[in-house]
Amino acid sequence: MTAVPAETPPADPLLRVEGLQVHFPIKRGLFVDRTVGHVRAVDGVDLSIERGSTYGLVGESGCGKSTLGRAVLRLVEPTAGRVVFDGTDVASLSGEPLRTIRRRMQMVFQDPLGSLDPRQNVESLLSEPLHAHGLGGGKQGIAERIRTLLDAVGLPSAALRRYPHEFSGGQRQRIGIARAIALEPDLLIADEPVSALDVSVQAQVVNLLEELQERLGLTYLVIAHDLAVVKHISDVVGVMYLGSLVEQAPSEVLYAEPLHPYSRALMSAVPVPDPVVEETRERILLAGDLPSPANPPSGCRFHTRCPWRQETRCDDEVPVLRELGPAHLVSCHWAEEIRDGVLRPRSAEEVAATMGVSVRPTGVGDIESDALVQGIDAPIERT
Amino acid sequence: MSIEDLPPHGADRTGQPVLEVDELTVTFTRRGEQSTRAVDGVSFAVAPGETVGLVGESGCGKSVTSLAVMGLLPRRGVQVGGSVRFDGHELLGASDRTLRRLRGADMAMVFQDPLSSLNPTVPIGTQVTEVLLEHRDMSRKEAVDEATRLLDRVGIPDPARRLKEYPHQLSGGMRQRALIAMALACSPRLLIADEPTTALDVTIQAQILELLKELVVDTGTALVMITHDLGVVAGLCDRVHVMYAGRIIESADRHELFARPRQPYTGGLLASVPRLDGPRGAPLHPIRGSARDVIPWAQGCAFAPRCDNAQDDCLTEVSGSTVPLEYDGPGRELRCRHPLSYPSTPAGATASGAAR
Repeated sequence: MTAVPAETPPADPLLRVEGLQVHFPIKRGLFVDRTVGHVRAVDGVDLSIERGSTYGLVGESGCGKSTLGRAVLRLVEPTAGRVVFDGTDVASLSGEPLRTIRRRMQMVFQDPLGSLDPRQNVESLLSEPLHAHGLGGGKQGIAERIRTLLDAVGLPSAALRRYPHEFSGGQRQRIGIARAIALEPDLLIADEPVSALDVSVQAQVVNLLEELQERLGLTYLVIAHDLAVVKHISDVVGVMYLGSLVEQAPSEVLYAEPLHPYSRALMSAVPVPDPVVEETRERILLAGDLPSPANPPSGCRFHTRCPWRQETRCDDEVPVLRELGPAHLVSCHWAEEIRDGVLRPRSAEEVAATMGVSVRPTGVGDIESDALVQGIDAPIERT
Repeated sequence: MSIEDLPPHGADRTGQPVLEVDELTVTFTRRGEQSTRAVDGVSFAVAPGETVGLVGESGCGKSVTSLAVMGLLPRRGVQVGGSVRFDGHELLGASDRTLRRLRGADMAMVFQDPLSSLNPTVPIGTQVTEVLLEHRDMSRKEAVDEATRLLDRVGIPDPARRLKEYPHQLSGGMRQRALIAMALACSPRLLIADEPTTALDVTIQAQILELLKELVVDTGTALVMITHDLGVVAGLCDRVHVMYAGRIIESADRHELFARPRQPYTGGLLASVPRLDGPRGAPLHPIRGSARDVIPWAQGCAFAPRCDNAQDDCLTEVSGSTVPLEYDGPGRELRCRHPLSYPSTPAGATASGAAR
């Protein structure tokens, strides 16, 4: 792949991911490692992030959202696909150009204690990226820069001589953020930035991230499982399931009317801290667990748990992302029918009963499925 | 301190609480170090069919409370004071034999991390049937049948096969279900769930919460739910106790609590959680500082250093007494000298200064 010239007009998105795949080999064997299969952590994801905006990526554990974030930075090697950052294909770079471009894309990790070297004090932690990239302008300049950084993330300058273990979780995350913005990056990838923090401290860090974005004009890719946090900070939200994007829409639109069955179930599962709302709203309970990404279901990957599944199209045909509203992409064959209420959902028990324990191969022609093919989604009697 | 009035809700109430905790204190001591009081005078009661929530952030003493109730704290270096009565019988200081007879049969617990609370070297089936063989006069065959039925009831598909599998072969949600199945094996009258869904994904969390809800309604089990997630509390608990630095600082019926939080800490917690149904871009109001910034209760209100309503008399030095947990309207108790007032202040408009 050839690198597109860097002088593209700024109207282009800052980051464009095209058909990104990350497959991890599963190795077996005593003496010779044979590859017996692949875990398809990320399996064909397209997305683009506009300058100065926040893209929120949500999904359950194991859906590949963290791997996607790491593949963008080339912390894991993509198997296929392109990651175009500001006109340059990151996936094709190596050596010095890669190192240079990484200055412009930084990461904030989930576990603030695990991602800060316990033997480095804050001064050393924050000056390391500056030294590595030859920035900051000498001892004096770096010291000055670090003081500004601490001020920006709301830490006292007395913190400089202290070590990570002396700080609370929220303060550690501030150090992590300070380190990430030390190089004045354009893109900040935040992988679960607040999920390790207490509720009262979470809000502080979320506010800090928003404030920094406004001040420094940062572009964020926020990866989180907490839908409420993602909704709060994102402009565009993408929902991932088993390695692929099932829905993407502007934040308000997605939360007001999720169209993909999985997004619907996800939204309805989040508890709201208000008893009145909790009692009135309907819950869509999903049957079973996430299938193994080493052996994903055929057709639509969600069909094994989907309350709206229709025989046999959902089992056979892989849905593509279609645009159903302005900037609202959904990968579901029946999104319109579900939205208009033509199809009725079945309960989790019924889904579990029809699908059994394991994911069955496609094309099972029993009586139940015949009833479904005829288009009327009548409830199925459990035996 | 009075045991609070029974709540208006509750499926099956015989009037007598199953569990009464009165002035429970837990102190961790270590030679050469100052002792730490993790739980400091906590009192609450749970009636059959009632769900009581203990809410607080990490380090507030909610898990230690549950361990003390179950008698699971180590003997050495721990002093437990006060009283814990199960069905009127005192549990603190009871013999190991008595406790062993009760635990598993009449009172059970579900822990946060299902992988570390299951034995990794023993199949699930053996672990579930163990409870049945121990507490219910069953033959091994009956126990296996019963275990199959239990796993089926908590929603584990193909239970007969799963019984032979080891914990690592199950997914997180499935392990938590197995743990719940073990806790339910003898239809306990009291179930303590310590963050049962924290390690799980939201869709699995919804399944587990539904299961617990059914259980309380169907069998009239008294449930103590320990969590930091206010959303979980809002959907499940009848009565909520908010804990901070080892003490209960506010207790109320859940509707009351969420509609009109009185303690500035409760209000601050509610204001700092982004809501899924709220408008986008509404700013969050965090509580400043962190849970480390506490002062000992003897010196005043532990929350005072982070509180926007704090005044001089929140400190013992000025007012001459520690802040008591007082009656605050029907069914409510509050430990605060300067609570949020209504309707002049809208809910959660307290923690205004964004912490830096």
